Amino acid sequence: MNFDLSDEQKMLKAQAARLLGARSTPNHLRALVDGGAEWDADLWREVAQMGLLGAAIPEAHGGLGLGETELCVIAEEMGRVTAAIPFFSSICLAAEAIRLAGTEAQKTRWLPKLACGETIGTFAWTEGPGPASTRRLGASLADGRLSGLKWPVPDAGVAQICVVAAQTAGRPALALVELDQPGVARARLEGFDQVRPHHRLDFGAAVAEPMGEGDASAFLERLYDRAATYAAWEQIGGAEACLEAAKAYTLERRTFGRQVASYQAVKHNLANLLVLIELARSNAYFAAWALESDPAQAPLAAATARLSATRAYEQGARENLQLHGGIGFTWAADCHFHYRRARLLALALGGEEVWSERLVTRLETAA
Amino acid sequence: MDFNDTPEEAAFRAEVRAWLAENAAEYAGADFEPWPEDELPARARAWLRRRAEGGYATISWPKEQGGRGGTRMHEMIYAEEEEKYHVPYGGGAIGRGVNMALPAIRKHGSAEQYERFAGPTLCGELLWCQLFSEPGAGSDLAGLRTRAVKDGDRWIVNGQKVWSSGAHYADWGILMARTDPKVPKHRGISFFLLDMRTPGIDVRPIRQINGNSEFNEVFLTDVAIPDDCRVGALGEGWQVAMTVLMNERAGAGDSSDSFVRKLIERARRSPRDNGTALDNDALRNRLAHWYAEEQGLKYFGYRLMTSLSRGEPPPASAAMVKLVSATKLQQTNAQAMDIDDFAGLFISPERPDQEAIFQDYLWSAVMRIAGGADEILRNQLAERMLGLPGEIRVDKDIPFDQLVG
Repeated sequence: MNFDLSDEQKMLKAQAARLLGARSTPNHLRALVDGGAEWDADLWREVAQMGLLGAAIPEAHGGLGLGETELCVIAEEMGRVTAAIPFFSSICLAAEAIRLAGTEAQKTRWLPKLACGETIGTFAWTEGPGPASTRRLGASLADGRLSGLKWPVPDAGVAQICVVAAQTAGRPALALVELDQPGVARARLEGFDQVRPHHRLDFGAAVAEPMGEGDASAFLERLYDRAATYAAWEQIGGAEACLEAAKAYTLERRTFGRQVASYQAVKHNLANLLVLIELARSNAYFAAWALESDPAQAPLAAATARLSATRAYEQGARENLQLHGGIGFTWAADCHFHYRRARLLALALGGEEVWSERLVTRLETAA
Repeated sequence: MDFNDTPEEAAFRAEVRAWLAENAAEYAGADFEPWPEDELPARARAWLRRRAEGGYATISWPKEQGGRGGTRMHEMIYAEEEEKYHVPYGGGAIGRGVNMALPAIRKHGSAEQYERFAGPTLCGELLWCQLFSEPGAGSDLAGLRTRAVKDGDRWIVNGQKVWSSGAHYADWGILMARTDPKVPKHRGISFFLLDMRTPGIDVRPIRQINGNSEFNEVFLTDVAIPDDCRVGALGEGWQVAMTVLMNERAGAGDSSDSFVRKLIERARRSPRDNGTALDNDALRNRLAHWYAEEQGLKYFGYRLMTSLSRGEPPPASAAMVKLVSATKLQQTNAQAMDIDDFAGLFISPERPDQEAIFQDYLWSAVMRIAGGADEILRNQLAERMLGLPGEIRVDKDIPFDQLVG
């Protein structure tokens, strides 16, 4: 039994944590938000230089050719600091989609640029209220032209390319679209998470390349399972940061002549959070393992990891703020970054309603 | 990451499998029903003897102490393989000798004591019970009132113990008693080995809410214990007991089959006006979360095994296994009843497992209390895993005989 990260994976994780911890500080994030910045371009360059973007992209396409677990540990560290870079959009969504469904020409053209950070990609599926669906696709792809409205699309302000879920003659299909063209209008949405911008993309007969062949439904499901696994690790990083912050604050802060952390109501609150995180982490390990080693188990494992990670991060974000007391409600304290990010990660890729239904449906068919 | 044994572990597993295939069937029950109370002790003694002869009684102890010189991982592998047979082991007083009494004697007792008790305990001649809890001392075990007073080279013990499983058939007991009430409560306790045939011991079964009597009350009236049956120094019984209780709590993951899958089957067969109970979104949402908990515990167990496999001590986070699984047992068995609505409270031919549902729901109530109540486990996780301050103990430094209430 060796159900743990390898030494190399732990080193990679520590390396990512050092860089992100030093650069993506709460004060830095506050400055970015106050300055209305779309993203942290400097951090993106450093992350790219360290090779973190290309970790799971094959060597033949300019990456390091490592496995999915490596991507997971990097995602965890991104989540810990709520980094203001399009890592998830560009690497865990766009690059994954191109790697798994792109033509050879598309892979050769885009993967090396995504791996070195020169090009930023994103992914567009939802079209307003309601979960992503292959049955309610308004955007249509015909004769190399894409039309329709997509929102919310993460990081579309800084992205140069976008993988779009659309329909071709009524069947779900994928399109690869360059965003810098007259047929694409982008508008930044006023979003709940101020650190990760989302946009509305209006495609008006935009030039688009088809991606993959035939009905894209199965592929979209697979892509979201993979993304949910990466997101679960990102959520766990966030949840753990909340636990650490709540612990540090309640140990330092005194009330009624005692450390706040000495009250049983506080201790039990944090113990419950620890349990949620440990359960989520255990499920996330299995989901990562399944992606690499047993794809048949990956769909159920992804839904399981997704649900427990969402629960851990939501509770972590809320209780961290709660345990900070009134100071937690101030802009100067750091709790709000996770309080907002936890909501974003709970709903991006579909919320609890979507994933608990996917989980039970998969259990029913497996039973 | 992988789920495989190391080559060395695989070799040990193969050896264990071969030995069990040869030996266990003869002692194993036909099905996984509980053993009848009147048959269990004799069957357990026979199985313990065979197991000791095979060299599997205490795998991780050195050979010169009756062990096998193996590792904790070897013990885990053995336990996993043994679990596949319904041998008369575990539960009640059957495992107490090997898992609790002997480790205490080995660590804190004298060489003579180990010599005297190790052999007979390992081969099942002696079954042990635990005489720790009292009506007034449960989670706050150090508040125990059973008194041992020195009388020459022996001790005279008076008091009442409770929750002693298997005390009605145990040969010996491990006993905590107060030897010095003039010092604060943790410091005045000593640890004894008690021959259960000593005059003055009255074992009374407790009638439990599930209709069984696994547990007993034990009344001790002028019970004499020779001083050579005291383990560890006078007044250091608390430290000895901690060794024992750590062993009790070191159990690993929860590897039982998915109960959520059973709930799905049950819901599928419970009618509603338009379909079945399984069509209900609220139920489906709860099922999904329990499944995530179930799987989380399973893979958490794999992570614990990984640290065992590396020879690391079990982390304090292991306390969460019982914390999560006991509450889940309670919730999911209540759900199993809810699925059938009113009829879910009754035995019927349509539901052959209904009695088990009732029993597990009842049993879950004691699971949340025994071996560390939920509240105590949360304290432990907060203190040992997160480093949060210990509870305020107002009676910590006050001599026991000056405590009120």
